[in-house]
Amino acid sequence: MKLLEKHEVLEKNSILLLIGIIVVVLIGGIIEIIPLFRKETVIEPVEGMRPYTPLELAGYNIYLREGCYNCHSQHIRPLRDEVTRYGHYSLAAESMYDHPFQWGSKRTGPDLSRVGGKYSDEWHVAHLIKPQSVVPESIMPSYSFLMRRAATISDLDKHLKTLRMIGVPYTEDMIANAEKDAVAQATGDRVDTSGFVSRYGEKVNARDFDGQQHTVTEMDALVAYLQVLGTMVDFKSAKNIHMVEE
Amino acid sequence: MTKNKTQPKKDIKKDVDGLSGIETTGHDWDGLKELNNPLPRWWLWVWFVTIIWSIAYFVLYPAWPTIANATKGTLGYTQYKELKESQDEIEMRQAAYLERFEKASFEDVMNDPELYAFASAGGRTAFMDNCATCHGTGATGFEGYPNLQDDAWLWGGSIDDIYTTLKHGIRWDEDYDTRVSMMPAFGKDGILTRDEIKSVVHYVMSLSDKSIHADVAGETIFMENCAACHADDGKGLTDMGAPDLSDAIWLYGGDEHKLYETVYYARAGVMPAWQHRLDENTLRQISVYVHQLGGGE
Repeated sequence: MKLLEKHEVLEKNSILLLIGIIVVVLIGGIIEIIPLFRKETVIEPVEGMRPYTPLELAGYNIYLREGCYNCHSQHIRPLRDEVTRYGHYSLAAESMYDHPFQWGSKRTGPDLSRVGGKYSDEWHVAHLIKPQSVVPESIMPSYSFLMRRAATISDLDKHLKTLRMIGVPYTEDMIANAEKDAVAQATGDRVDTSGFVSRYGEKVNARDFDGQQHTVTEMDALVAYLQVLGTMVDFKSAKNIHMVEE
Repeated sequence: MTKNKTQPKKDIKKDVDGLSGIETTGHDWDGLKELNNPLPRWWLWVWFVTIIWSIAYFVLYPAWPTIANATKGTLGYTQYKELKESQDEIEMRQAAYLERFEKASFEDVMNDPELYAFASAGGRTAFMDNCATCHGTGATGFEGYPNLQDDAWLWGGSIDDIYTTLKHGIRWDEDYDTRVSMMPAFGKDGILTRDEIKSVVHYVMSLSDKSIHADVAGETIFMENCAACHADDGKGLTDMGAPDLSDAIWLYGGDEHKLYETVYYARAGVMPAWQHRLDENTLRQISVYVHQLGGGE
């Protein structure tokens, strides 16, 4: 009981008590946080992941602004029914360039992590303008104004630069051409997209997403973003996906 | 002072509340004292059990982070493994049917009521998850997205045609074998004048509505510009994905305004290629489901 009696010293001396509390919290913190600094144990690298193109990033920013994450998750859990409905479970690496990540915790609408390539651009545009025109039972609000608003692309280089500071591997070349690349991606074959493709890879989508030529609208940006979700990793050929061991 | 079971040490004075006979904590706040009741026994026991539980958990399951990784636990549990096991379980239950389904041609499936029921049920589930978004939960479609219940087919309604459309999509650039055809934008590209378009629209309307009497000019324009894909009688060619214009079924609307828009700007609906997303069995099951909806040829 000797030790317990000493406890009175701590209780009567606030500075000592504070130091004691800090030491206890630190122990918990060290055990939980230190392993995360060794990122490779947390995010297993996967073939095919690339940073968002400037236009996709603009779409991602609209996704955040409109609060899409309030109703849509971007995280397929490794459960049979989720994998059957949405496709391969999400990998940590697939959201490593999202700042912040869009995993979400609420599914009023369906999960969107693999919505890329699932529907046509025309469907996305019709659906965002008036969701009930294609899904009568939907309670999603209309986002028709995206068709009329020009996407803010002049400051995309700054977005890229900022993201690079926190570890997204954008090159100088990508930053310098951010605005040009956004226009090229939203225009497609009518302009020279070779520079854009060489920077972001062959698999990149470059076309007029919203069907309105000559303008880069917020609809272009959001649909470009939605169409790339979950499509970067080729699950059939990628070898370094963590599978069941032994 | 009442006697207490735990005798106080000689240098600590025990203070016992006179009214309840329970020891106090000894702290005194302006005359207020706190009874030092023991914790309920059941609560304490639950607490001890959780400690024992956690120790067992540390041993059996992945629990403690290490510098490079984490302890694995003696059970070797991972979520991936659990998923695999639950998928294996359902596959085992389906295996009896799947094995037969994989080997069976579409014709065999049609003639085997058990396989047919299996394929339709599986196809229906996959349809609801993947196709209903555009074609509707009842498969009756929307403007621009064909009704799959009727017998009007853009690219053919035989089960093999349906399967090909599903697998490769329509105008889906990423798939080299996708179905492609391109209707010219007759107005936008300056092939026909506005009056000529009005005239041909009238003719097209007359194909399904006998009360409309079209003039010869419209018919001539149709024969010269449209008949190559939509056929001389306007019944369309599924090889070209050119719809039947005489059946009063309209994908984008059949009134004069909509038809004018269609001829002026052209239409080019897109359907994704599903072979990249769904496995062969699922594709074939959906084909069977769509075929049995009512309009299959």
